[in-house]
Amino acid sequence: MSDKKKASLLVQGYEVVIGFETHAQLATQSKIFSRAPTAFGAEPNTQACAVDLALPGTLPVMNREAVACAIRLGLALGSHIAEQSVFARKNYFYPDLPKGYQISQFEIPVVQGGEVSFYLGDEKKSVRLVRAHLEEDAGKSLHEDFHGLSGIDLNRAGTPLLEIVTEPDIRSSAEAVAYAKELHKIVTWIGICDGNMQEGSFRCDANVSVRKPGEPLGTRREIKNLNSFKFMQQAIDYEVRWQIEQIEDGLAIQQATVLFDPDTGETRAMRTKEDAADYRYFPDPDLPPLVIERSWVDEVKASMPELPRQMAERLVADYGLPEYDATTLTQSPAMAAYFETAAKASGQPKMASNWIMGEVSRRLNNEEKDIAQAPVNAATLAALLKRISDGTVSNNAGKQVMDALWAGEGQDVDAVIEAKGLRQMNDAGALETIIDEVMAANAPMVEQFRAGKDKAFNALVGLVMKASKGKANPQQVNDVLRQKLG
Amino acid sequence: MSDLHQWGVAELAAAIADKKTSSVEAAQALLARARQHQNLGAYLSFNEDLTLAQAKAADARIAAGERGPLLGVPLAHKDIFVTQGFPSTAGSKMLQGYQSPFDATVVANLAKAGAVTLGKLNCDEFAMGGSNENSAYFVARNPWDTARVPGGSSGGSAVAVAARLAPAVTGTDTGGSIRQPASFCNVTGIKPTYGRCSRYGMIAFASSLDQAGPMARSAADCATLLTAMAGPDIDRDSTSLDHPAEDYSRLLGSPREGASAAQPLKGLRIGLPKEFFGEGCAPDVLAAVRGALAEYEKLGATLVDISLPRTELSIPVYYIIAPAEASSNLSRFDGVKFGHRAAQYEDLLDMYKKSRSEGFGPEVQRRIMIGTYVLSHGYYDAYYLKAQQIRRLIAQDFQDAFAQCDVIAGPAAPTTAWKIGDKTDDPVANYLADIFTLPASLAGLPGMSVPAGFGAGHLPVGLQLIGNYFQEAALLQTAHAFQQTTDWHFQSPEGF
Repeated sequence: MSDKKKASLLVQGYEVVIGFETHAQLATQSKIFSRAPTAFGAEPNTQACAVDLALPGTLPVMNREAVACAIRLGLALGSHIAEQSVFARKNYFYPDLPKGYQISQFEIPVVQGGEVSFYLGDEKKSVRLVRAHLEEDAGKSLHEDFHGLSGIDLNRAGTPLLEIVTEPDIRSSAEAVAYAKELHKIVTWIGICDGNMQEGSFRCDANVSVRKPGEPLGTRREIKNLNSFKFMQQAIDYEVRWQIEQIEDGLAIQQATVLFDPDTGETRAMRTKEDAADYRYFPDPDLPPLVIERSWVDEVKASMPELPRQMAERLVADYGLPEYDATTLTQSPAMAAYFETAAKASGQPKMASNWIMGEVSRRLNNEEKDIAQAPVNAATLAALLKRISDGTVSNNAGKQVMDALWAGEGQDVDAVIEAKGLRQMNDAGALETIIDEVMAANAPMVEQFRAGKDKAFNALVGLVMKASKGKANPQQVNDVLRQKLG
Repeated sequence: MSDLHQWGVAELAAAIADKKTSSVEAAQALLARARQHQNLGAYLSFNEDLTLAQAKAADARIAAGERGPLLGVPLAHKDIFVTQGFPSTAGSKMLQGYQSPFDATVVANLAKAGAVTLGKLNCDEFAMGGSNENSAYFVARNPWDTARVPGGSSGGSAVAVAARLAPAVTGTDTGGSIRQPASFCNVTGIKPTYGRCSRYGMIAFASSLDQAGPMARSAADCATLLTAMAGPDIDRDSTSLDHPAEDYSRLLGSPREGASAAQPLKGLRIGLPKEFFGEGCAPDVLAAVRGALAEYEKLGATLVDISLPRTELSIPVYYIIAPAEASSNLSRFDGVKFGHRAAQYEDLLDMYKKSRSEGFGPEVQRRIMIGTYVLSHGYYDAYYLKAQQIRRLIAQDFQDAFAQCDVIAGPAAPTTAWKIGDKTDDPVANYLADIFTLPASLAGLPGMSVPAGFGAGHLPVGLQLIGNYFQEAALLQTAHAFQQTTDWHFQSPEGF
C-alpha cells in the first residue's frame, strides 16, 4: 500500500485496528451434542431434550454433521483441519446455561489458520484467521412478561456454533463490513449457515482499538452482537471516534465489552476486565478428542461447491467479464447460476451480466426479492437477450418486454414482442418512406445539418424513431439517413 | 419359602424358572426383609407397586416360556443411577425427591434382562466418600458390626448384599467405591474397564473415573449381572467403548488353557506389588490376604513380586482430578431447573449461593472447592495438568507390571471397617484409606474384591484382583476358581 493511501485510512491521525469474532450458527438438523431439533421460533422449551436441560445422568454425544460444517469452512478458507482437536468446558454460572459450563474448544480448535480475501473497491484485501472452533450455544433469558421474574427458554441451548476468529488485520469500518459480508457469503455459499442475521444465525463481535501509526496495539474494546452490516459500520465508527476522544483527552482506554445501541447510535460498556470471570477451562472428560481422518476431509471436499472466489476467476476467464462483474455475480450460488444459464443460452455473456446487474437486480431490490424468486427465469432472459442481439427488438423495447414478462403478462418472449408490437422495423422500404417524410417535414433541420451543424443529425434520428414508434432499428436509421443527407 | 433371601442370583433365577417360587413372591419376601432391617440404612427408597408390577411382568414372561439368568430376579440399584418411578437422589438433599424421566442405561439393560427393582440404595452423597457417612439421609451400618461403617461410597449396596436384603445389586466405583465396601462387608464386587458400562444415567461424580459394576455374593453372580449391564452405548455416552457385549460367565468353571481340574489356575502369574504389602497395610488384613494367596498357589498359580512405584502418588493425583471434574459436573445443580432451590434469596447470586450451600453436604462442598481451586487460572498447570501427566505414568506402570504377570493381587483396603464417626473429622485420613483402589481407577483397569477371610474382631477382608484392560472374564474366572475351594463368600454376619 502506498504511504498516501495508508495516510488516507487514518482517522484524525490514528490507525484503526479491528479483529473479528463471528458466531455462525450451523445449519444442522439437530443440536451439537443431542438429538433435539434446532429449528428457530418454536414455543419456549419445546426443542430441548434431557441432554439440553442438563438433567442428571445425561451426557453429550458429538453431532457429526456439525463437524462436517467445520471441515467445509476450513476447506473454503484454506485452513488447517486438525487431525485431533479437544473439547473443553468453559465454566460459569448463568440461568440459561443449563450445565453450568459451555462445551467449547480452547487450546486445540478444529480449524486453524486460513484467510478471507475480498475486494474493497478495486483493492484486494486479505484477513488472516486465527482459528474457528466448534461450541454450543446457550439458552435465552426472557425478562419481559414475567412480572419481575425471569423466564428461561432452552430451545437454543446446544445449538451448534462455529466461532470464527481473525487476526487484528482490519483497518477501517468499511473493511470490517466488507470482511463480514464476504464471510457471510462464504458460510451461506457452502451451506453451513443460513446467514439470517435477524434471527442471530450470524453474529459478529468486533475488537476495536486505535493507535498512532507505528505504535504498539492499543487497548481494545469488544463490541458484542453486531447483527446487521449497517449497525456494524455505525458502531465501529462511533467506537473509533469515542476512543480517539478519550485518548486526546488524556484518558486511558479500559479493556471492556460494549454493546451498540442502534437508537442512540452509541456504544456503552457492559463489563470491564476487572469483572472478567475465571472460566476454569479444562478438557471435557465426557468427550474424547475429536479425530478427523484424512478420508473424512476428502469425502467432504468431494461434496464442496465451487467457491465464490474461484468462480469469479472462472467467469473472468471463460466469459471475458470484468473483475467487477464477476465479483458482483458471485454474491450467491443462485445469482451465479442464473448468470451462467443466461450467458450460455444467449451466447451474450457481457450483455447478460449487464442485464442481471442492472434490470434484474433493480427490480429484485425494489421488490425485496431474492434471485431465486425472480419472476423471469434465466432461460427467458436469455431468449430476450437473443432477440435484442439479433435486432428483433431494440434495447429499449427489450426493457418494455422485460416489464411485461416481470409483470406476468406472458411467458414467451416472442409472443410478448408480437403482442406489444415491439418488433423492430427491418423493412428497408418502409423505413425509407418514413425518413423521406421526416426530411420533407423538417427541411430547416436538414439545411442546418448540411450547413455543418452535427447536432441536427441526432434530432432527425430522434424524429425518425418517434415516427416509427420506436420500431426502427437505430443503426439502420443512422445509415439510411446519412446516405440520404449525402 | 422363608429362606428365599439366602439364595444368590443363580439359585433364585432357577427357582423362579422352575416355578418353585415366583418373581412376585421373591420380591415380596425381599421387600419385607429389607423393611424389617431398615435400621441398617441400606435402602433410601422403595416403590412397592412398581416393584410388584415388574415382578408380575417377569412372571408373565416366564409363563410364556422365556428363560434368562436374571428373569424375575429382584435387584436393587445404588441411588447414583437414575431410575424411573423411584426418587434418584445421589444420596444428596440437592436431589431430594427428584424423579428422572428416563432410566440409566445400566438400569434399562438389567430391566430388559427381566430383573426387578426392589429399591434404591444408600450411598455417600454424589458417591463422594468411603464410609457412607456422607449420605445426606442416614448412615448405613455394617451388618458384621453395626457400630462400624460398611465402606463407601456404595455402602448401601454392600450392606444389602451382606445382610441378604437383595441377592445382588449395582454399585459405582470412581476411586474404589465398589471394591472397598465389598471388602468391608464380605461381598464380591467388580469394577470393569472404564467405558465398559455406559455412564448414561449415572449421576456424574468424576467423568473420567466413574464406572458401574455389580456386587453380589459370588463371582459367578457378578458375571451374570455384568453380562447384562455392560456393552456399547455410543449413541448416549461418548466414553462408552465400541466393543461388542460379551458373556462374562464364559470362562467360569473351566480350567485355564493348559491347566487341569485339580490345578485350574496352573500357569497363572499373580503379581504382588510390594507397595501394597508394606507398613501401610494392617497386619490382620495382610494375614488374610496372604492366606488367600496361599490358596491360589494350591490352585496352580505362581506368585511374582512386582512394583507399582507411583502407588502413593495416586492419592494426590486422584484428589486433584476427581474434585476438578466434580466441581464442574455439579455446576448444573444451581437451583434453576431442578433440585433444591433456597426458599428465600435476595438476587440471582444469592439464590445460587443459598441453594448450593443448603443442598450440598460438607464433603461435597469441600471437593467442589478443591476442584475449583485446582482449575483456577494460574494453578491449572501446577495441579490439574501435572496430575494428568502423573496419571499417564501410573497407567504405564501397570503395563510394565503386566509384562511380568497376568493378574495383580493385594488388599482392597489397608484396614477392615472402622467405627462410625472415627474418621468424620479427618477428611485426609479418609482419603488415605483409598490408596489400594485408586491406582486401578486412575488407569481405567478392571478390578474386583473377593472375600478372603477375616481380620481382628471377625471383620471381613477383601482380596483385590486387578486385570489388564478387557480382562474381566479372566478376572472373574480367577475369583470363581478361588470361590470353588473356599467358603469365605458364603459366610454371612450373625443374625442375617
